[in-house]
Amino acid sequence: MRVKTKQRLQVRESIEIAQGVWSLVLQYDAGSAPDTVVPGQFVGVYPRDGARLLPRPISICGWDEKDHTLRLVYRVVGGGTREFTTLAPGDAVDVLGILGNGYDLAALTGRRVLLLGGGIGAPPLLELAKRIQLENRKAGRDGSVTSVLGYRTNELFLSEEFSQYGPVVIATDDGTVGVHGNVIDAVREKNLSFDAICACGPMPMLRGVKALSEERGVSCWLSLEERMACGVGVCLGCVAKTTKKNAHSKVNNARVCTEGPVFNAADVEI
Amino acid sequence: MSVTIAGVTMKNPVMTASGTFGSGIEYSEFVDLNHLGAVVTKGVSNVPWEGNPVPRVAEVYGGMLNAIGLQNPGVEVFAERDLKFLEDFDTRVIVNVCGHTEEEYLSVVERLQEEKRVDMLEINVSCPNVKQGGIGFGTKPDMLCDITSKIRKIARQPVIMKLTPNVTSVAELAKAAEAGGADAISLINTITGMKIDIERQRFVLANRTGGMSGPAIHPIAVRMVYEAASAVKLPIIGMGGISNAEDAIEMMLAGATAVAVGAANFHDPYVTQKVIDGMTDYAKRHSLERITDIVGILR
Repeated sequence: MRVKTKQRLQVRESIEIAQGVWSLVLQYDAGSAPDTVVPGQFVGVYPRDGARLLPRPISICGWDEKDHTLRLVYRVVGGGTREFTTLAPGDAVDVLGILGNGYDLAALTGRRVLLLGGGIGAPPLLELAKRIQLENRKAGRDGSVTSVLGYRTNELFLSEEFSQYGPVVIATDDGTVGVHGNVIDAVREKNLSFDAICACGPMPMLRGVKALSEERGVSCWLSLEERMACGVGVCLGCVAKTTKKNAHSKVNNARVCTEGPVFNAADVEI
Repeated sequence: MSVTIAGVTMKNPVMTASGTFGSGIEYSEFVDLNHLGAVVTKGVSNVPWEGNPVPRVAEVYGGMLNAIGLQNPGVEVFAERDLKFLEDFDTRVIVNVCGHTEEEYLSVVERLQEEKRVDMLEINVSCPNVKQGGIGFGTKPDMLCDITSKIRKIARQPVIMKLTPNVTSVAELAKAAEAGGADAISLINTITGMKIDIERQRFVLANRTGGMSGPAIHPIAVRMVYEAASAVKLPIIGMGGISNAEDAIEMMLAGATAVAVGAANFHDPYVTQKVIDGMTDYAKRHSLERITDIVGILR
């Protein structure tokens, strides 16, 4: 069983990389660092204001296993995340982690993987791109990673970092850069070929991605988001509808924080 | 630090509040369940319940709202999986029972009679988030009295009736539970609330309303425990916004024999142990022979 902790981490870096989008790097002590971090997993970050009771679930954008640093990229959506923007290097922050189930790297090795990131859905896919490339090299296999990233405007946060791992296609809502439209429009326009999809983004996009995977007959994994309370599978606040009875709940609900946040698209009704 | 409620002795007065701790499986990664006075499990019904649509939770200032709708795998799976898990721990097990109808409550209670691991039953007649049953039984004194006596007749375990704060007089309900033969009462369940997303101009929770918990409701809970303690002789398990030992001590001074920690688990998975440690310190500082020496001393 994976060991979860709530512990105080030190802020190494906190910078705004696009309007309202922040990159936060946190330092674990070597002795209490997690053994493994799987792309797609997340942590719960606690505001310092005790009146804000609940940890904010934020996906892991990067994990440096040598330095034990964790990178989170989040969008400011309310008072809790606004408070995080005031963090400065050296500050302490309480973090619950490592939470949830990530992407199945073994299933992605040696395949032509299409990553689809919509807006603030892109960050967890960056660590995934890195790890798929690493796994392919370790296994000496010919897989590839193509990233299609959708943004509202020309603030293309993280896109350059994605380009380290393979081709990057940009789509923007306002048409200022790349394909005018969403990530699925971009996949069609560029006539991309692939044999697996991993996607994270807003729910309407994920519905489209699921339909795309069915149309092309390829495996597809989606990272879902839902309002959470405990983050560890206790409260049953963050459930996703499943196509089959879930083994834990005995009903057609799976916990996004525990069985997810990454699900095989075929297993969830969205 | 030990306390006894309806003949069941616990190593300390600190329990978990139903629905905030599952059956202890998940939080056993954070706290040693052997240190707890009791684990109070998530409500269990006769068959699996799907619960409400999402969003089911929302944070509010000093607390949260939930409208889970008592999703649970049903008593069969609960007995085979959750009670089996709890067999390995030296703590008391209090099973929270829910239902839509009298028959459903009774069938769960009946099924639990075969289970040796169940030390007490807590009857949830106070959930604000299910459409039928639940709170219906908990807001009308005659119905509460009636269902209490029917459960009392078939249960070998002591029966705790869990009361709602969403009434004008909690004392009246406490008396009804006592008249029905309850062995103890627990209070408060969550307070019905609502949150609106002003940008989208929509309800945040799919259920529109949800039960509020967390530190912001603590003073209300203390007042209600005090009122109930003044009205009945039954032992009381006090809960509602307990986040630390100070809150727990306050609850005992108001009349609770034991306490339960709820939403605070979400803020700090280690909190139950911290409450136990803090209460132990308090007992030392005040030279208490027994922690129960402070129960209800404010009248």
